[in-house]
Amino acid sequence: MGDPKLPPGKHNVMFPLELRGVSFAPGERPVVADLNLRLEASTRTVLLGPNGAGKSVTMRLMHGLLKPSAGEITWGGKTTHPAAQAMVFQRPVLLRRSALANIEYALSLAGIAQGERRTRANAALERVGLGHVAQRPARVLSGGEQQRVALARAWSLLPRILFLDEPTASLDPAASREVERIVAEIAASGTKIVMITHHLGQARRLADDIVFVHDGRITEHSPADEFFRQPRSREADDYLKGELP
Amino acid sequence: MSTLGEAWSTALTLIGGFDAKLLGIVGLSLRVSLSAVLFGSLIGLPLGASVAVGRFAGREPVTVLLNAFIGLPAVVVGLLVYLLLSRAGPLGQFGLLFTPAAMVVAQTVLITPLIAAFARQIVADAWREYREQLKSLGASTGRAALTLLIDTRYSLVTVVLAAFGRAIAEVGAVMIVGGNIDGVTRVMTTTIALETSKGDLPLALALGIILVGIVIVVNAAAHATRRWALHRYG
Repeated sequence: MGDPKLPPGKHNVMFPLELRGVSFAPGERPVVADLNLRLEASTRTVLLGPNGAGKSVTMRLMHGLLKPSAGEITWGGKTTHPAAQAMVFQRPVLLRRSALANIEYALSLAGIAQGERRTRANAALERVGLGHVAQRPARVLSGGEQQRVALARAWSLLPRILFLDEPTASLDPAASREVERIVAEIAASGTKIVMITHHLGQARRLADDIVFVHDGRITEHSPADEFFRQPRSREADDYLKGELP
Repeated sequence: MSTLGEAWSTALTLIGGFDAKLLGIVGLSLRVSLSAVLFGSLIGLPLGASVAVGRFAGREPVTVLLNAFIGLPAVVVGLLVYLLLSRAGPLGQFGLLFTPAAMVVAQTVLITPLIAAFARQIVADAWREYREQLKSLGASTGRAALTLLIDTRYSLVTVVLAAFGRAIAEVGAVMIVGGNIDGVTRVMTTTIALETSKGDLPLALALGIILVGIVIVVNAAAHATRRWALHRYG
């Protein structure tokens, strides 16, 4: 099974993904406020920022798990929320069934015909190097394997954009590297990556551009090499020097 | 003391000899309570899951009522079902009173809130963990509820077995709506109550032993299921 390439054409109308004046305020105090951002189709974007800055909320707003209290999110200029997206969470949430059946479940929700599910699910597991555990119950796999199953599940949906919220936070270095390798492959297959990490080395290796979030606001959006050489915002500079909490 | 000793030995003889009358009573008990558990599960499991996952007005009061009805007194349920099924009652035309069907209805009413309340709790806990992932995958509320029921199946087995334990051990409801008619609606608990008051201890004791045995086996099965599932599926 070769690497899947996304079909060109209609999916490209999803981009750019733009946030204009987006706020999220479930209580009195907004968690994020006045977010303005423009993400292009081809880059690997990493969200950096201290704990509680609002990175996860920003990502959930983009993915549609949360509704903005104010402002507008557009995909290719339209407000319709496209389906061709997936998200991988810090802790993989897998169902009490086999690794293969977990992926088939996601494909069934995505409306993929029954006959095609098994093939696609198997191919996805092979791509993350887990073909041999296809029939094993997913929740008894190791943490690293479970996260790879979650990645395979996301990948099998052939998303045009993939959100990852600290996918390696609970993994050991070897498992983290494996996840990074898979994320890079998914990116190479044509999927836009938006990832949150606290691991600066990982951000350097993976990011094309960095969005820095601080205290519920985006303080800068720069190409990764520029950001790590000399960030434009004071907060990002402090963060890189390890002075922000 | 000797009468008690005799009662024990006669009881064991009845069990060991597969006494026809005894088996008839045990058989009816099992049929009634298993039917009630079947109907109670068909209603209670989807109900509990809907309350856990759904977002509708009145969700909180329904939750409170379900929890409150876990400990519904069996005699009160018996009385209500009696009123419902009696000749003058709204369902009187079906002539169900003093039949095994009436006993199934009463036990179903008794255990459905228990099944629904515990299913709600279990599914709600799972929903907290799965919610974002299932929403991300595009699951509708109904599909999510079904998925969670399937994923918590081993915990739900325990709930269903507990409901069976409650049904087979209750006496108040079946006594009122069944009437304890010999050979027709006489189950283990009502027979124990009657035979004890008549002073016929061996049959009461034999049934008591079997009843406790069934309850222990059911609980052992629940325990074993959970342990096995935890090991197998995590």
